[in-house]
Amino acid sequence: MDGLSFDLIALQLFAGLALGAIYVLFAIGLSLIFGMLTVVNFAHGAFYMVGAYVGVYILMLGGNFWICLIAVPLAVGLIGLVVERFLIRPLYGRGMDYPLLLTFGLSYVMVELVRIAFGKTGIPFDTPDILQGAVDIGVGYFPLYRLFVIGAAAVVLLALWLFLERTSFGLIIRAGARDPQIVRVLGVNVAQVWLIVFGIGTAIAGLAGLLAAPLQGVIPEMGGTILAEAFVVTVVGGMGSIGGAVLAGLLVGVVVSMTSLFAPEMGKVSIFALMAIVLIVRPQGFFGRAGLMS
Amino acid sequence: MQSSVNEMTQPLQRPQATPVSWFAFATTHRASIAGLAVLAFPLVMPFTALAANILIYGLYALGFNLVYGYLGLLSFGHAALFGTGAYLCGIAIVHFGLPWYVAIVLGICGGLVMAAAIGALAIRTRGIYFAMVTMALSQCVYYLFYEAVGWTGGENGLRGINVREIDLFGLKLDFINPLIRYYVIAAFVIAAFFVLSRILASPFGAVIEAVRENEARARASGYDVTATRLITFILSGGFCGLAGALQALHWSIVPIEILHYDTSGIVVMIALLGGMGTFFGPMIGAAVFLLLENIVSLWTEHWQLVVGAIFMICVLFFPAGIWGTLIRRAKHD
Repeated sequence: MDGLSFDLIALQLFAGLALGAIYVLFAIGLSLIFGMLTVVNFAHGAFYMVGAYVGVYILMLGGNFWICLIAVPLAVGLIGLVVERFLIRPLYGRGMDYPLLLTFGLSYVMVELVRIAFGKTGIPFDTPDILQGAVDIGVGYFPLYRLFVIGAAAVVLLALWLFLERTSFGLIIRAGARDPQIVRVLGVNVAQVWLIVFGIGTAIAGLAGLLAAPLQGVIPEMGGTILAEAFVVTVVGGMGSIGGAVLAGLLVGVVVSMTSLFAPEMGKVSIFALMAIVLIVRPQGFFGRAGLMS
Repeated sequence: MQSSVNEMTQPLQRPQATPVSWFAFATTHRASIAGLAVLAFPLVMPFTALAANILIYGLYALGFNLVYGYLGLLSFGHAALFGTGAYLCGIAIVHFGLPWYVAIVLGICGGLVMAAAIGALAIRTRGIYFAMVTMALSQCVYYLFYEAVGWTGGENGLRGINVREIDLFGLKLDFINPLIRYYVIAAFVIAAFFVLSRILASPFGAVIEAVRENEARARASGYDVTATRLITFILSGGFCGLAGALQALHWSIVPIEILHYDTSGIVVMIALLGGMGTFFGPMIGAAVFLLLENIVSLWTEHWQLVVGAIFMICVLFFPAGIWGTLIRRAKHD
């Protein structure tokens, strides 16, 4: 344990939380879409990737990071609306596999379009000037940007929670997730609600991609890796559960971060081991409803 | 999903006394017909290296189709089964200098064991979860093989799987000759046709489809649904492991990309393109997919854009695939 002080572990824990914040934002959109539409969005990684590239584009046009924070979710959410309306909607009622397969094909198209527009190689993404440097958080100096990521994720979560719990539209979404048929009978235009939920989910994915960009750089393939990891998050947390996605996302981030400290080459493998354990002990995940499994 | 898959599936029962069409004949002699087609394939397909690729991917899709088409579970982790077969075959030759046939058997065993490991975990979930868990687990396998540089060559792939000659009971075959290589691979693929056809025609094959059609009813009839799923997944791993082993021999290298998520995705595309849950679908799908890839790659490097678009069109408008649509036509005639 030489050289591994308490401070170092605490700092690594915070780094894990920053990574986890990205996972949370990614998984929450995935979970929201699944809980409502019962669509597993295999293009979620592609939306995440497009979010980062929209950010790159805005910076190229001379915009700054703060404009990106607003414009990226709007742009990606808009793409999400178009995709739901014209590609996914025709597949409702044909079983859960078809939207999944469609979004899988869509992810190829989106990745290749980005390759055509921005090239195959990665693009570095500078941390905005004001968020550079490190701050003392008691146990040591921690990069300011990572702290910002954690804060931004918390703000998005709070806003989403208020929206779902405190607005009448949120009420409809929650009711629709419980029983779409009854909601339809009550005179709600469920198709429209699904459209908006898909838009919100993809918008958050785009924001997650933008937030991750200064941490990991931007490449067209960045969505594929996080998709597999987000599936771990949803399995661990329980599919369709927002609370589960938050807890599991942070947990996965911390597990990756901690494992990397002790055995760097096992960092990625560890989260799959975590998933295996959860599958054996509690197949429906922390907060999963058993009914969603079948 | 149940009903739509049902529509595109050929009936399992033996053909009735009055066969309705050509397609009933094709069902009875499916393994022989597929075998003959494979034997005759080089006549219409002069590029034997590509033809061998088509056979291998067709076999891989055949194994995948057993799980998705017949059992009704969508797996997004079949790259792990295919890749493990390839790596085990390659490691047996490169690191241990074992003869090629032992390497192939090890490849099959690798597919079986990997399928048992992934299946045991993934089978605990159902429905849409299965796709996610298999994909995540295969990603884990990718990292494990990536890190085991000493055995697998890591990022550079496993190189030097040089099999120059195949010794068949004293008969020496020149494995460098593309046509001979094709027919050696074809022999294994044809054997796989007969094995698969036998499995599907057996009572166990009927149980596989019963589980897909109505899980509750299959359970009520006294069948162990979980065991059926696991065994079918393991059998699928055997076919995919064989395909991987043949791939390693054919390419004489195992690239790490073989375990990548894209390799899992390609087989989904091939099976859907050809016709999910049909016997001939996977081979037809592999032929169309790989030929298309070769042709499109001639005039654009953005092949993935085309493949993604074609796949989306298939999902939206032709979910039965090429062979499945033909069957549907035949039934309506």
